[in-house]
Amino acid sequence: MQIASLTIDRIREGLLSREFSAVELTEEALRFAEAENPRTGAYLRLSPERAMDGARRVDERLARGEEPGPLAGVPVAVKDVILTKGIVTTCGSKLLAAYVPPYDATAIVRVEEAGGILLGKTNCDEFAMGSSTENSAFGPVRNPVATDRVPGGSSGGSAAAVAQGTAVVALGSDTGGSIRQPASFCGVVGVTPTYGRVSRYGLTAFASSLDHIGPFARNVKDAATLLRVIAGRDPRDSTSAAAPVPDYPASLGGGLKGLKLGLPREYLKDLGSEVGDLISRGMDVFRRLGCEVRELSLPSTGYAIPCYYIIATAEASSNLARFDGVRYTFRSENSGTLADMYRNTRGEGFGAECKRRIMLGTYVLSAGYYDAYYLKAQKVRTLIARDFARAFEDVDAIVAPVSPFPAFKLGEKVDDPLAMYLSDIYTITGSLAGIPCMSVPCGNTAGGLPVGMQLLTTHFGEPAMFRLAGAFEEAGGVN
Amino acid sequence: MKITEKEVRYVAGLANLTLDDSEVARFRADLDGILEHMDKLNEVDTSGVEPMTQVLFEGAGGLREDAIETPLGSEAGLANAPQRGPGYFKVPKVVER
Repeated sequence: MQIASLTIDRIREGLLSREFSAVELTEEALRFAEAENPRTGAYLRLSPERAMDGARRVDERLARGEEPGPLAGVPVAVKDVILTKGIVTTCGSKLLAAYVPPYDATAIVRVEEAGGILLGKTNCDEFAMGSSTENSAFGPVRNPVATDRVPGGSSGGSAAAVAQGTAVVALGSDTGGSIRQPASFCGVVGVTPTYGRVSRYGLTAFASSLDHIGPFARNVKDAATLLRVIAGRDPRDSTSAAAPVPDYPASLGGGLKGLKLGLPREYLKDLGSEVGDLISRGMDVFRRLGCEVRELSLPSTGYAIPCYYIIATAEASSNLARFDGVRYTFRSENSGTLADMYRNTRGEGFGAECKRRIMLGTYVLSAGYYDAYYLKAQKVRTLIARDFARAFEDVDAIVAPVSPFPAFKLGEKVDDPLAMYLSDIYTITGSLAGIPCMSVPCGNTAGGLPVGMQLLTTHFGEPAMFRLAGAFEEAGGVN
Repeated sequence: MKITEKEVRYVAGLANLTLDDSEVARFRADLDGILEHMDKLNEVDTSGVEPMTQVLFEGAGGLREDAIETPLGSEAGLANAPQRGPGYFKVPKVVER
């Protein structure tokens, strides 16, 4: 059994034919993850007891001749911003180093009901704020493709675990690109579904109007299978969509003849040559597969970064107010008065990037600035969403880069927050519009670093997105 | 200059965040650059444009059935408290006797 190259289909076949049991597979997966993890630090902790309990339940179902579930025996890694009952969940923060959630996120409940095995929790930027996973209080994650480089972020640990083969699939969260960008950097598939498609109950809130949970996988079909399991209305998240969940894996395999793809002019002009070259070769692949490719314009693109960083930080400053020393494990030693407790707990507990964003968000919401920044940004957000709505009148999907560059070296960009924010340009536009987007491996740079191609479609257009990504993958990307 | 150190200290107070002097200087410089970039939004004509506050779809945002469910319970809710008493969170004294 080659753990590192397992797929959901292969696991199902092995279990149903009694080639191996879920317990045997899980023991082997835990051993492999334990041995391989020091190379990347993708996991903050494994959850062997929970994993073995899950495996035994799958084996019992199989022994009774029951359907074991679409994720039966599949080792799943989970970003440490998603709550797991009884298993420490840190959000990459010193503030929550000892926090043990009293309940499971809905996505976790659904994964386990489907037979998925909760293998462990993965490292990430503190409260999912960052693009490199260097903002974790527990140290950075290394990219398994090149360990002197970052895995991207903020879901860097989940992307690295899947790329390294220590998990078959993983859950991440995406607010402005935190699934797609690490997927691109690590050479795996990463999906940000339609806003509201997956319940956020139990996802530690960063920016509530932008937060998503979504899957990582080594192939498009596995990502589609995991999304199908976690998607759907949840009474515990009033923003979750009631639309029925399609059979995403079944949308793979259809031809692409006649599909129309758009290439936004605004995304191409600033593109570094190597990434741009790979994306344009990717477009050629789609043309060969029968798609019609046309240029189009998303005229508000240039305003997306300021729009996003105003809205996201404003919401974050409000969401992170709860970490004040009262309820969540960490309280400053210097808590003489109530005000001291609040201020010192937060001053000592939050890392630099969280503080920077709390400051920015508090500033743009403060009296006298609210209209100029926050309200203005919400209006610009309407224009960005309209750009996409207009584009999807003419095309079925938009093809774009994920990031202007491939994985960069650890430490290379930590000192320039604005430059780091600016690199999110291709992912935040889709986040602001709330449309489904994904990164699918496109090809490698001359230096051997993976580059992802981004596909964006209209709200609830995941089936078309998976069909495109699946055909692109089957064609071998640009290689 | 978009923001002064005095304003940074004021905002830190609003955010209940203790910052040391080096952080104040660093955030002043960082926020200055970021806020200057954000001024780009002033180029956009948004007259008559509704603000987008949320992405919502049919069936979302509605009210659920007002049914009684088992709550988490105070034991579980208090389990992560840095300091607790029987059935409550303990905090430094707020009111002087």
